[in-house]
Amino acid sequence: MTAAAIARRRLGLSGYAICLAGIAARELLRLVHQRERFLAALVRPLVWLFIFAAGFRNVLGVSIIPPYETYVLYEVYVTPGLAVMIQLFNGMQSSLSMVYDREVGSMRVLLTSPFPRWSLLFAKLVAGVAVSLIQVYVFLAVAGLMEVDVPPAGYLSALPAFMLAGLMLGAIGLFLSSLVRQLENFASVMNFVIFPMFFASSALYPLWRIRESSEPLYLVCLANPFTHAVELVRHALYGSFEPTAFTVAAATTVAFFILAALAYDPGRGLMARRGGPKEEAQ
Amino acid sequence: MGAGLSVMSSESAEPAVAGAAGPALEIRGVSHWFGARQALADVSLTVPQGRFVALLGPNGAGKTTLFSLVTRLYGTTTGAILIFGHDLNRAPSLALAELGVVFQARTLDQDLTVRQNLAYHAALHGMAGGEARARIEGLLARIGLFDRADDKVRTLSGGQARRVEIARALVHFPRLLLLDEPAVGLDLAARAGIVALVRALVRDEGLSALWATHLFDEIEPQDGVFLLHHARIIARGEAGEIAAASAGSLEAAFRALTDSNPGGEA
Repeated sequence: MTAAAIARRRLGLSGYAICLAGIAARELLRLVHQRERFLAALVRPLVWLFIFAAGFRNVLGVSIIPPYETYVLYEVYVTPGLAVMIQLFNGMQSSLSMVYDREVGSMRVLLTSPFPRWSLLFAKLVAGVAVSLIQVYVFLAVAGLMEVDVPPAGYLSALPAFMLAGLMLGAIGLFLSSLVRQLENFASVMNFVIFPMFFASSALYPLWRIRESSEPLYLVCLANPFTHAVELVRHALYGSFEPTAFTVAAATTVAFFILAALAYDPGRGLMARRGGPKEEAQ
Repeated sequence: MGAGLSVMSSESAEPAVAGAAGPALEIRGVSHWFGARQALADVSLTVPQGRFVALLGPNGAGKTTLFSLVTRLYGTTTGAILIFGHDLNRAPSLALAELGVVFQARTLDQDLTVRQNLAYHAALHGMAGGEARARIEGLLARIGLFDRADDKVRTLSGGQARRVEIARALVHFPRLLLLDEPAVGLDLAARAGIVALVRALVRDEGLSALWATHLFDEIEPQDGVFLLHHARIIARGEAGEIAAASAGSLEAAFRALTDSNPGGEA
């Protein structure tokens, strides 16, 4: 068999599947080896849940709004938002690791794969979502032990919602990673992306409460895709489907993934303009 | 390389390579800009099949930019790059399938074992199962690290990690190996070991190698050499013939050539 024939055989559909599985396996192996990262991702929402939410439960009452059928404790209200916060950090952290990978070179190794570049980015995205799902369900299990109950069927019905939320936040992170040229800039991603997305959303307080205090802020929250990811998950946990949230989350995912694929396409030149080696590109 | 020493003007094309087989790597008139700064100016370069070719140039000459183009991190907008006849812009998958790369930066996953690192790379090229396992075993034996296969990369010495990176670059049976300053930062013995390993691969297995370096002692007289200076190829030929012009010292020849080509902004 000639080399070209060998190459063609490996580049078929099964080759794609092997490549995707390989990228996902690497992310999972790295997760196993970086237990601190796993714990940090878990501690953050738990601190919010058991300190912040417990402190505020008497200050912030949450009236009966869909999908809830009774008054709920504040802890119960914030749990979906905190679960999606795990995915927000995860998505941004994998964007951090992409910038880091690009500097030290393992991203370059990935990009020498003969498979189409968008499919490599998609594999990377799916692998990141798989990792975030593990973190989310461990968080929900701990929250469940602490009597933040979700209907048992809710854990299952929320799975597709968590998948979409993870894809959306990962796609946003992927796109940001193509814009951030140097690793140090990640601090500004924290300040200008993670914090505004989290706080200007329905994660910590229902939108009608925000509207009472500020109409413009309400509109900002409504335009924030993170709000829709949280609402999609919140409804799914209680077995209901929120079409608006689904549409916004799906559209945001597709839009940011296309932008990221364009940014990483060598023919489009965004990488070429931004990513020169330091001493040769000054 | 049959062509004698020639200090080429930038318009000149590379002389045709002897033999019926086309070159492993052919770079034709490639230029690249980062904004207004020209990193490569009309660079042409050929690696014939089965040869060890050195790309010699000081840091900042454009070696890493050239490697970024050949590995398709950026698209080639001016000129063309062909790997075994496959145009990198028109048939990137076929071109990349023939290419193995050792990057300047260390790119192994430190917390994964040697075998896991190689298996990951096999998957990136669509290889898994018995085929991948057999290939990885064979390469581990070839680089003399069979007994370290299940150790974490973190526990390897710098030279051993470099050998693993060379093995990784070869997992998918490429016929062209690209190495960007692979021996930099290693002690003398490890450096010599890496150079010897790559030369043995070229000799025994008919691989073609492009070896970027700024160290003259890694080059032997019969190697093809391209001198890259200030984004341009300022000389090409066999190392021995280039050195002959300066009493057999490649370093002195390089000094003389760079002094007569001050370069600067193109």
